[in-house]
Amino acid sequence: MNEPQLQPATGTPVIGGNTRAASWKVFYKKLSKNKAALAGALIVFIFVLLALLAPYIAPYEPNKMQIANKLQGPSAEHWLGTDDKGRDILSRILYGSRISLTVGILSTVLGAAIGIVLGIVSGYYGRWVDSLIMRICDVLLAFPGILLALAIVSVLGASTVNVIIAVAFFAIPTFARIVRGSTLAVKKLEYIDAIKAVGARDSRIIFRHILPNITSPIIVQATLYIASAIITAAALSFLGMGTQPPDPEWGTMLSQGRSYIRQAPHITLFPGLVILLVVVGFNLFGDGLRDALDPKTKK
Amino acid sequence: MNMFVFILRRLFQTIPVMIGVTLAVFLMMHLIPGDAAKIMAGENANPDQIEQMRENLGLNDPLHIQYLRFVTNAVQGDLGNSIRTSRPVTEEIFSSRFAITVQLALIGTAAAVLLGLVAGIISATRKYSAADVGIMLVALLGLSLPNFWLGIMLIYLFSVNLGWLPVAGWGTWEHMILPAITLGTGGAAIIARMTRSSMLEVLNQDFIRTAYAKGVSDKVVIYKHALRNALIPVVTVVGLQFGGLLGGAVITETVFAINGLGRLIIDSIRAHDFPMVQGTILVCAVLFVLVNFLVDITYRLINKRIDLN
Repeated sequence: MNEPQLQPATGTPVIGGNTRAASWKVFYKKLSKNKAALAGALIVFIFVLLALLAPYIAPYEPNKMQIANKLQGPSAEHWLGTDDKGRDILSRILYGSRISLTVGILSTVLGAAIGIVLGIVSGYYGRWVDSLIMRICDVLLAFPGILLALAIVSVLGASTVNVIIAVAFFAIPTFARIVRGSTLAVKKLEYIDAIKAVGARDSRIIFRHILPNITSPIIVQATLYIASAIITAAALSFLGMGTQPPDPEWGTMLSQGRSYIRQAPHITLFPGLVILLVVVGFNLFGDGLRDALDPKTKK
Repeated sequence: MNMFVFILRRLFQTIPVMIGVTLAVFLMMHLIPGDAAKIMAGENANPDQIEQMRENLGLNDPLHIQYLRFVTNAVQGDLGNSIRTSRPVTEEIFSSRFAITVQLALIGTAAAVLLGLVAGIISATRKYSAADVGIMLVALLGLSLPNFWLGIMLIYLFSVNLGWLPVAGWGTWEHMILPAITLGTGGAAIIARMTRSSMLEVLNQDFIRTAYAKGVSDKVVIYKHALRNALIPVVTVVGLQFGGLLGGAVITETVFAINGLGRLIIDSIRAHDFPMVQGTILVCAVLFVLVNFLVDITYRLINKRIDLN
């Protein structure tokens, strides 16, 4: 028997797999017509591919120093030039994509997972549980900008793993609030009352009937969050609080290049451009997903 | 519910947040892996010095006593002494650094509002034109730019190459231009997008059509009728931007070597000066909570339609 489901994003209950499939068809149709979103998806796809293939396509070892070749501008041998220790910047950027994408995606997944659980529990159970969780979120949101992440890194120490933890922490309240709002909207629908009336357990209601129907805002938020997670992680590394040298993280590369801005601006230029490009990719794709999942936009 | 009751209630709501913030900041010292006193005393400290440090920091007392003392002292303006300089933390923060960071955040917000509003209005009034597409593209780039990179590139262009503006420091208006742009670009992009969508929504409403039907000029409709209504949601974003820029100042201050709170935090983290880190983060968070409170009140004042309940 088909269980009642909701259309993505609309919150309108629909019965039957066919209708659900139809609504996803509308989603794909909208997304495939959105050129900006497709461009974003392509950028993200290319970066994921580059990260996976880095060991095979990087022309040099990312940490191999050739002091004789230091501070060289772009050339046929070193397409993006070399840094202050003669390391090939293109190779470091390619390897750096592994670190930046891993940090961006892992911290988002971790933060989203915790935020989703807290948001659903908060929205579903209400009362003091809701108040407690929302006040915790308020406290986490009371630390402006990057300060919460900095506070966590200052406690745990500077490393890539700790940056993932810090950036994930940063994500928790955002996801918890969004999921709580969506859960509250879905919880009020009649089919949830019906499922409760036939004696379904809370865990079943939450995981089988509420969670699948609130995935749209979560997916959109997660895609957009990866973009800001990549920037935050790069910012922490730039401040010396993230991935430590000699690992080729984009923020760290940028920070090291700063001292040579007069003689060799390319050391700073290229890692920054790459961060910009990948973040634009995730933002375009996220915006496109949001438009495609929004029932108010035209089919 | 009248305004006074609303303010009181909103003020009351900030109390649990403040308690939570102080608790989180207090616990930072206790969550450090290993012995906090040993880390702060330095690598070469002998057991007596470590014990002395533990005693100075009050780490031998039960946790709840330590927390109560932390809050009581904080309320009285005592956030302990810096490990690095031995000066009171509040003295370090409020000597000049606090004013510099607030100044920086205000100038950054002003840059964001000015650029964002103008861009948003042009975009909305020329929907789907080349100007609209161009502005929205620039806004997307503004949202995606790592501001530490933008800052360095601005220094390279305007200070190193053209020699128009100083590379670093703070004091004159010339010092403020590049940091303000660096800090304000992200906010400008958000405000431009928000103003555009808010304006477009208002421009579609019946009262705008009525105004046009009455023969009111374009300028009056856009600036008197549409913009005033469209600005209501933008105010919230502007307020939140100011708070966000307090955090963003950490990066801008590092890029431009400005001696504000942001740089103080980074230097203190590097020196394991935890009382200073705690104090600075606490001051920034409390300021952010207060700004949010003021934003809520302002939002209510300019938008009488909000149900205060």
